[in-house]
Amino acid sequence: MRIQKMSPARKVISYALLLIGTAAFLYPFLWMVMASLAPEKEIASFTLFPSNFGMSSYLQVFEKIPVLHSFFNSMVVSLSVTFFVVVFSSMTGFALTHYEFKGREVVFYIIIFTMSLPFQLTLIPQYILMVKFGWVDTYLALTVPYFINGLGIIIFRQYFKTIPRDLFDAARIDGCNDMKILFKILLPNAKPAVITVAILTFMGVWNDVLWPIIVIRNENLMTLPQLITLFAVGGKAESQLGVKLASAVMLALPVVIAYSVFQKYFITSMASSGLKE
Amino acid sequence: MQKKKLTPYLLIAPYILHFAMFVAFPVVFSLVLVFHRWNIISPMEFVGLGNFYRLMGDTFFWQSVINTLYFIIIHVPLQLIIAISFALLLNQPLRMLGFFRAVYFLPVVVSGVVVTILWQQLFGFENGILNRLLTLISLPRVGWLTNPDMAMPSITIMATWKNVGLYVILFLTGLQTVPEQLYEAADLEGANAWQKFVHITLPMINPTIFMVLVLSTIGGFSLFIEPYVMTGGGPLNRTLSSVLYIYKQGFFFYHMGYAATMGVTLTGIILALVVLQKKYVERNT
Repeated sequence: MRIQKMSPARKVISYALLLIGTAAFLYPFLWMVMASLAPEKEIASFTLFPSNFGMSSYLQVFEKIPVLHSFFNSMVVSLSVTFFVVVFSSMTGFALTHYEFKGREVVFYIIIFTMSLPFQLTLIPQYILMVKFGWVDTYLALTVPYFINGLGIIIFRQYFKTIPRDLFDAARIDGCNDMKILFKILLPNAKPAVITVAILTFMGVWNDVLWPIIVIRNENLMTLPQLITLFAVGGKAESQLGVKLASAVMLALPVVIAYSVFQKYFITSMASSGLKE
Repeated sequence: MQKKKLTPYLLIAPYILHFAMFVAFPVVFSLVLVFHRWNIISPMEFVGLGNFYRLMGDTFFWQSVINTLYFIIIHVPLQLIIAISFALLLNQPLRMLGFFRAVYFLPVVVSGVVVTILWQQLFGFENGILNRLLTLISLPRVGWLTNPDMAMPSITIMATWKNVGLYVILFLTGLQTVPEQLYEAADLEGANAWQKFVHITLPMINPTIFMVLVLSTIGGFSLFIEPYVMTGGGPLNRTLSSVLYIYKQGFFFYHMGYAATMGVTLTGIILALVVLQKKYVERNT
């Protein structure tokens, strides 16, 4: 706003409030990390500095549940879904922006309609579909139903609209076929859209728990959040706080690392998901 | 020429296939399921409107809807006040704005499971940090998750903590689109800060307010992992969310027809609420 109008008092108050906010959002996370490293009987305190640090809680988590295995599952599932969403959504977005064809409007309205459907409507029939396909307890159930989403198409469509047609026409004259135009020319020129769709998809799949809980019962195929959820809810953590918190830290860590590196991309991508209306 | 006409259809083919299989078919099948009793294994049994009659008398279902409305009623104002306040603070010429923004956004990216496990400890009755803070200033302990009247508000506080960073960013974006001239004109007419906020800022960020309203409504009806991990729907079913109840009916008892009936009914309720909100907001702009 207007710079000249910031009085010193207002500045001090503003910083104080912003710092209170920082403490409110950061302190619980720091406490969680420290508590997961602290001896069990010291967890129930405010302190961020326990008398000694140890990895025993973490070792117990590794002993009790196949954390590394489910980390691998989560990576396979999230990365493959992200890959296919980028490919299929960009193809659809490409068709909607660069071609005139019968039914184009209809497809666009179908996409908007699909996006406004609450998942509660399709949850049960989708599960039945998985049962009938024999996909329960397979990677297929975790991936294929998520291969395309409306939001991805809309993001690509909006971005492709801004890419000048000349680029497209020039490539066509050079003899590129349509697929080559999309993947060799349009996508490399649409990095912001690719990043946004990739982050939104990856985060959505990585953090999802409800669907995995429904379609995966075999512990070896569980995703990381599912495994940790069942660990925290079921008896395996034996109400040891340190162990529960250690498992939560392990679940948070990959995302927090990615977030601290690509922070700007995360914020702009996830903010754009709210703007779809 | 023939090939060129075909290309767009080939490009959208994966989408159409996916839509047919994972959206259109489930929607249609839902509408079949609501008239049947079925546990997947034995043959479907037609029950007419039986599932709806049962739903009408199912106090757990209506309790779950009321719980959700309660969640929304607390969540929306809390979210709006906190998000707008922080957005206003961040929309000033200060230092370290990027840092503050990044910190506020951190809970948004972290899995709900992590946040729930963490807050379960913060809410602990004997040793939770919140109660220790209260006893420190000699206030009585609160049964955050054990008191039936407190459990849902507690979950709401947690959900606000998790989501508010996103809305701070959205409101910040909204605030930055307000034309500076409007404030200057108001200054000339001698408007005070509050008047400027009410008559300029609020109307300009109205679309974002509407979005918070809609997303909170959808979010409230999607509530699952928080009660699943923290309370199991208790105490006294006061945190039983609609999705948790569908989950129990569908995947504990395998009442597929009945679970689908609840899904369809909830969809109706959600869409009706969103349309109502839209009407209301549009009338007020």
